[in-house]
Amino acid sequence: MAELAEQTTAAASPSAAAGTPAVKTIELTKKFGHTVALAGLSMTVPRGEVFGFLGPNGAGKTTAVKLLLGLLKPTSGEGWLLGRPVGDLQTRRRIGYLPELFRYQSWLSAAEVLELHCELAPLPRSSWRDEIASVLETVGLTDRAKDRVGTFSKGMQQRLGLGAALLGEPELVFLDEPTSALDPVGRHDVREIIRSLASRGTAVFLNSHLLSEVEQVCDRVAVVDHGRVIAEGTMDELLGGTAVRVRVAGLSPADKNRLAQFGRIDDEGDQLTFANLDPDRVPDLVASIVSMGGRVYEVAPRHQTLEDRFLQLLEDEEDKT
Amino acid sequence: MPPVFVIARLTVQESSRRRLLLALLILTLLVVGFSAWGFNKITTVTRPDGTLLPPDQVSLITSQLLIVVVFMFSGVLALSAAVVAGPLISGEVESGLLLAILARPVRRSEVVIGKWLGLAMLVAVYAAGAGSLELAAVDWATGYLPPHPVQLLVYVAADGLILLSVGLLLSTRLSGITAGVIALVGWLIAWIAGVVGDIGTGLQNQALENVGVVSHLVLPSDGLWRGAIYAMEPDTVIAAVRALGTAGRANPFTATEPPPASFLVWVVVWFALVLSLSIWSFRRREI
Repeated sequence: MAELAEQTTAAASPSAAAGTPAVKTIELTKKFGHTVALAGLSMTVPRGEVFGFLGPNGAGKTTAVKLLLGLLKPTSGEGWLLGRPVGDLQTRRRIGYLPELFRYQSWLSAAEVLELHCELAPLPRSSWRDEIASVLETVGLTDRAKDRVGTFSKGMQQRLGLGAALLGEPELVFLDEPTSALDPVGRHDVREIIRSLASRGTAVFLNSHLLSEVEQVCDRVAVVDHGRVIAEGTMDELLGGTAVRVRVAGLSPADKNRLAQFGRIDDEGDQLTFANLDPDRVPDLVASIVSMGGRVYEVAPRHQTLEDRFLQLLEDEEDKT
Repeated sequence: MPPVFVIARLTVQESSRRRLLLALLILTLLVVGFSAWGFNKITTVTRPDGTLLPPDQVSLITSQLLIVVVFMFSGVLALSAAVVAGPLISGEVESGLLLAILARPVRRSEVVIGKWLGLAMLVAVYAAGAGSLELAAVDWATGYLPPHPVQLLVYVAADGLILLSVGLLLSTRLSGITAGVIALVGWLIAWIAGVVGDIGTGLQNQALENVGVVSHLVLPSDGLWRGAIYAMEPDTVIAAVRALGTAGRANPFTATEPPPASFLVWVVVWFALVLSLSIWSFRRREI
């Protein structure tokens, strides 16, 4: 029986594989019994791109990352990281990973955990000291380098995990919900770190359900729900539409239902947001509301946010099923 | 350093940092001190005529008491090995500790072997250290030393390694507590099956005898324990038991023969099989 996603092929020469995408999958599928965790994921993440993998809890984001890292075995389909098949041991030298379930040896100090990862990576011993000092500085843990991880808060442990993922300047970094335990300052720091990774050409695969996080740092996004990618594209492609917020009174639920002809409505009482509406149709919308006896106080067209688009996509999916 | 040794070092380091080694050291010193005091009391026992027991009787009593003490020591070692090995893999899978490590260029076989090596080293060093200390204490207290002390320590350590290996194998699939409990119950069942085999020998009942043989093959802990007993039995006791014929062998605290070479070869094969099975099982585990 083949070892679970653990292959021993010769190290791929980085230069030979430089033209290959950072991540490529074809119909990658994972089933747990009858539950489909990931249904035919096909995608390509170019080198140096910050790719957002966006979806609600349980959508299959972590499953996808674990499949790509060889921690899970795909039911079917194929995947490549940095030009080598998923599970190739040598490729893992060039990859960083912050798991969603981040946990590090509580009996070691922060510096010792990083030393362990330097050793397993493996990095040349002469570079450890500088590498460790550099990532501790990056994630803001220099002062706590000698403290036991067991004394760290969750946020600090997540920072440490991020530091471990950055060791050795990897070509591809997987960050699975990297800010789940961080405060607003920490989230800001992580965004800065992702931007600096991108600026030095590192591809970042960012798993997140935090729309603002993805919106602010990602070049491209795939939205995943129930194990399927339901939309993919650059932020501009995804957010091409206009959302229109209308402050209105005097509409019955039946009237609001009739307004569904203008697209998906986010109904918040006297405030209706039409997630994707052509600006040319705004006068028709206002006329319809008025004809129903509604009183319009404000009409505010704005660029669609990722949240608008995300909710629209999820609702469209629900309608389909 | 190759990953397998890094993992082994990490396992030893964890035991040390979590103060497991310190706790074992303190407990061992207490037990050895207490047993030295107890053994010393044998030398002060007087007969009805007020004279002290002759040295050969002191040695005989000491030898039999030592077997009981070593049985308990071996039991505690087995229990500790099972409890520590039970969560060795599953605990780290459940907590997520292994996620970041397995994303590095580390084979799963290296994790399994590394953890086994680290813990095996602790078991072997502890068995050798604590066992030697106990034998030295008994020697000091009574002047008695078992005939084959080195073999005794090797058998006791191997017994601990058996439990460690079973715990590790189960740990690749089951939660820590379940793996530890199953390993421990397996050890007890193997011991009882060994007793049943002895009774079979005593009664010359082939079916019962086979229970002992099969249990020694499935879980060789009791077979190794018999080796430890043989290493502790003075020649006079062995001769006396042999003189009793098959009936004399129906006792879980006596051994008239050392374990056959074929059994010792089987033990080596058994370790290889269980470790291979552990690797195979962990490779197939989804994390």
